[in-house]
Amino acid sequence: MSVQTAARPGSAGASSPAKFRTTRLRPARIGRRSRRSLALTLLMGLVLLYSLAPLFWLLVNATKTQDGLLNSFGLWFDGDFALWDNIARTATYDGGIFLRWFANTVLYVVLGAGGATFLAVLGGYALAKFDFPGRKAVFAVVIGAVAIPGTALAVPTFLMFSQMGLTNTPWAVIIPSLISPFGLYLMWTFASEAIPTEIMESARIDGASEARTFFQVCLPLLTPGIVTVLLFTMVATWNNYFLPLIMLKNPDWYPLTLGLNAWNAQAATAGGEAIFNLVITGSLLTILPLIAAFLLLQRYWQSGLSAGSVKE
Amino acid sequence: MTMTSPQVAARAGAGAPAGQSSRRASRRSWAGWWFIGPFMAVFALVFLAPIAYSIYLSVFRNQLIGGTAFVGLDNYARALGDAQFWSALGRVSLFLAVQVPVMLFIALVVALALDSGRLYGRSFFRISIFLPYAVPAVVATLMWGFMYGTRFGLVGNINQAFGLNLPSPLSSELVLASIGNIVTWEFIGYNMLIFYSALTVIPKSLYEAAEIDGAGQLRVITAIKLPAIRGAIVVASIFSVIGSFQLFNEPSILKSLSPNTISTYFTPNLYAFSLSFSGQQYNYSATVAIIMGLITMAIAYAVQVRGMRKER
Repeated sequence: MSVQTAARPGSAGASSPAKFRTTRLRPARIGRRSRRSLALTLLMGLVLLYSLAPLFWLLVNATKTQDGLLNSFGLWFDGDFALWDNIARTATYDGGIFLRWFANTVLYVVLGAGGATFLAVLGGYALAKFDFPGRKAVFAVVIGAVAIPGTALAVPTFLMFSQMGLTNTPWAVIIPSLISPFGLYLMWTFASEAIPTEIMESARIDGASEARTFFQVCLPLLTPGIVTVLLFTMVATWNNYFLPLIMLKNPDWYPLTLGLNAWNAQAATAGGEAIFNLVITGSLLTILPLIAAFLLLQRYWQSGLSAGSVKE
Repeated sequence: MTMTSPQVAARAGAGAPAGQSSRRASRRSWAGWWFIGPFMAVFALVFLAPIAYSIYLSVFRNQLIGGTAFVGLDNYARALGDAQFWSALGRVSLFLAVQVPVMLFIALVVALALDSGRLYGRSFFRISIFLPYAVPAVVATLMWGFMYGTRFGLVGNINQAFGLNLPSPLSSELVLASIGNIVTWEFIGYNMLIFYSALTVIPKSLYEAAEIDGAGQLRVITAIKLPAIRGAIVVASIFSVIGSFQLFNEPSILKSLSPNTISTYFTPNLYAFSLSFSGQQYNYSATVAIIMGLITMAIAYAVQVRGMRKER
């Protein structure tokens, strides 16, 4: 549904890995402009504080027991440091269901985001490098569909899938995740700039089939674009809530997002055990992989941002 | 809110060439369909078919006697006279009018500050303010929901520490503003990236010319930077309009922390969801979703027309 991707512009022309390195070396534009301002830094510090404070709160409170949560100040640590205990309890609560949810999420990300990236790469390559009947129609339909609110499709998709017997199975989450119109758009712009037509022509003259031309000649050139599409489809799939909420009834197939919500809702039901410390610890464990991915892959997605600036 | 790609948006917004006219292997043949075919097949299944089915559903009604009957536009007439639908629409319109400008303004200021080169630790600011984008809406809402709490939340702490009696952010008067805060927190960094990547592709020669003319920072911002990224601002606004009208995750999750202040028709999406999955009124639910889709597209289109006209 609204599984869309973000990515670096094709203009990155980042076919050459050397260009990544220019990110850090971005020169100060003009001497005068590089003067640092303490006042501006402090002002932006407020926004920084706003962005990080809730994450700090999450980290601090993941170290508290259920009692500690209720009886200590929210933005600082309690006497007991219960983080490891909380993690152990999160992993084992209710027969280790959290680990099951984690595995489900990984499954949805690998098949959903991986599949979405694969389809977007193939399709983007076709749009960029082939003149085929219906090419313009394909473009118009896909771009038009982006404007349709994803949730408008939810009910009919659910009814269709339920008639096909797909609801309450992983496929109900994976199949809609396979379409990323923005991934397609990105790969299209990327492929049209990263693959010289001459290379394809000479591969064909040498007798290579279309499939071989794609996999052996063109695919390696697309790697930087593929990594970025993959990163952002991963985020979309990992964070997906609405689609699984509609499609899945059986907690065994929940992704982490639905599972955490179910744990949270448990306290509100009659006789339900309040396990807010586990909800908080589980939330922390849920966001860590993505934050790690963004930090580790910074050079990929941030080089896309400044790539334009080295052009002039 | 949906997740779309900041950089692609920036690129589209900056009016960069989409690569359409780039060199293609010129042979017109069906070969391209081998590559675009898989994407289009899945696309037809998860986009085109549900849209068609949705329209089909909206002109029928499930009756107690006689099963499903064709009712023409009756469902649409019913929606237009439905006080709950209008209340939901009014609420998201208010949300749109207040939250979106605040969020986009902060994002724009941060992007300009980053681009000015006058910050200490610029890359730390950039990555930190972007991080909330990697946090799932579920976790963001649970986190803020706990902090809002008057029991073990920060609001409770503050009341205790200072003997105050701050109103609960989850009370019916404040809950919409509280949701606005969560959405702002999630998407400032994302919109900041849209603006920032548009700013980085402004040709440096413009700044040099401005410096020769003796233009100050403020003048550079108003005369060069803002006009240059107008397209990106329009794109970010359109995404925010779509996101506001689709508001679902945050109120739906907060509902378990604050069941009495968030009704089943709090937003149009929540209403459509409740109609389907609690009320089994699939036909009417599809109608509400279609109307919201049409309104969203109309307003997104109006924003685009207005944004582009100003450019002249």
